[in-house]
Amino acid sequence: MARLDVQNLTVGYVMKRNQRDLTAVQELSFTARAGEFVAIVGPSGCGKTTLLHTIAGLVAPQQGQIALDGRPIDGPGRERAMVFQSPALLPWRSVLRNVAYGLELQGVARRQAEGIARECLALVGLADFAESYPGELSGGMQQRANLARALAVQPTVLLCDEPLSALDAQTREYMQAELQRIWLERPTTTVYVTHHIAEAIFLADRVLVLSASPGRIKADLAVDLPRPRSLSVQRTPAFLALEERIWSLLERPAWLGANDGSAAR
Amino acid sequence: MSASRRRRTLLSLASVAIFLALWELLPALGLVKPLFTSSPSRIWTAAQWLFANGFWYDIWVSFSEFALGFGLAVVIGIVFGVVLGWFPTPRAMFEPFVISLYSVPRVALLPLIILWLGIGIESKVALVFLGAVFPIIVNSMSGVRAADETLVRCARSFGASERQVLLTVALPGSVPFIITGMRLGAGRGLVGIVVGELVAAQAGIGHMMARAGATFQTDKVFVGVIVLAIFGLMLSKGLSTLEARVDAWRPARK
Ligand SMILES: Nc1ncnc2c1ncn2[C@@H]1O[C@H](COP(=O)(O)OP(=O)(O)OP(=O)(O)O)[C@@H](O)[C@H]1O
Ligand SMILES: [Mg+2]
Repeated sequence: MARLDVQNLTVGYVMKRNQRDLTAVQELSFTARAGEFVAIVGPSGCGKTTLLHTIAGLVAPQQGQIALDGRPIDGPGRERAMVFQSPALLPWRSVLRNVAYGLELQGVARRQAEGIARECLALVGLADFAESYPGELSGGMQQRANLARALAVQPTVLLCDEPLSALDAQTREYMQAELQRIWLERPTTTVYVTHHIAEAIFLADRVLVLSASPGRIKADLAVDLPRPRSLSVQRTPAFLALEERIWSLLERPAWLGANDGSAAR
Repeated sequence: MSASRRRRTLLSLASVAIFLALWELLPALGLVKPLFTSSPSRIWTAAQWLFANGFWYDIWVSFSEFALGFGLAVVIGIVFGVVLGWFPTPRAMFEPFVISLYSVPRVALLPLIILWLGIGIESKVALVFLGAVFPIIVNSMSGVRAADETLVRCARSFGASERQVLLTVALPGSVPFIITGMRLGAGRGLVGIVVGELVAAQAGIGHMMARAGATFQTDKVFVGVIVLAIFGLMLSKGLSTLEARVDAWRPARK
């Protein structure tokens, strides 16, 4: 567990099409306390993935700084692990060796890496599929393997980019409950991007709402619901009030044009 | 085996049998000249004579030329292709040569190669190598360059070095491309051998065929053709086996 400080972060790209600068994230600051689960929601294209990639060290910021427990980061590091939106499993490796992959890259001996990988597979409920290939798993199972791979490196900060967005509604709810269980078993500072407002509230200690492109923090809402939460918490008045609040804060994606205020739902 | 499948097998066998029977009968009935068409029984006799009179040596020579040239082409082609595909600087330096040599017909180089290496086994090894190495380089290059961007990013997020990304993502991902390159290369290498031996050699299957052809021994030429066909078939079978082995992870297609 580590405290994550994002200070005054600005990230941009140069567009290939016309060589123009595009600001994806602008002067964004927030802090995730050690062990806190922070969910981020915002309209499509507002820079959520960019923000996560920057925290992961895959993209260099133009301005601002990211620090873990006060130490600024510079490039990818073993204390941060990312769960990508697509499972990004190596199709030619067994599930076990995929989960051990991050550890192997970091120089852990294969035998030891596979031992840890087995524990993580058990944690996500895939112990029986260690020797299968990713192509033999369902979408939900692949996402669980993806998560196990990130957990295996025992990150102090876990970054998740819409890890459940490719799943059907039912599997998604089940996986939300699973994620909570795993997170309670292994408390980790987590930044979790999602399009799904109920999912953000269900999982998080805090929900950050970003404005349309370029992304800035529009609201920072605490979720004061006791844990462990059951899926039925989603029907309590407190939950619904928070959901309504976030809906009203969300802007239309920038590329849809001006917001008339009523089209959000 | 289902009934329809058995029927298809029977049909294939029957059509081959009819073809062989016609091939045997037409010259025997004097409808075509055996000097041009030969016939299965003549080929069989010629084969027996050849194998009793040193044809094994010719086969061995051709085989070693091919094995040496192709083996070198596979090793050098994969290393070269992967490096050129992954690192922009060497690619900028060598790509013009690769592209232009890839499109030059190897036969055009034959006079030069014979001039440099003589008519022994070396010139044929060089021809096989030159025929096979370029398709392997070009395909390995595209394989590496087609590396799945999400997998590359994922490896980097775990702190992978450039070398680790290359070895754990790009190289395994390019295996199907490399095998395609080997398939193309094997075909071109085989052409290289035959052309080289037909033109300038002291031994080999092509050499035997050239001599037999020059003296109107059609039966022997056909024996050469059949041996080459068998060789090509075995090669393609071997590559399929290799492909199936390295692709064991791919879920079966329905
Ligand atoms: N590699 C890139 N090169 C250039 N521009 C990019 C690149 N990646 C993202 N962008 C731009 O940056 C902006 C933010 O993109 P980003 O992917 O971070 O959005 P997002 O919030 O994750 O969207 P979504 O919810 O649809 O996934 C977009 O305008 C996008 O066009
Ligand atoms: Mg995104």
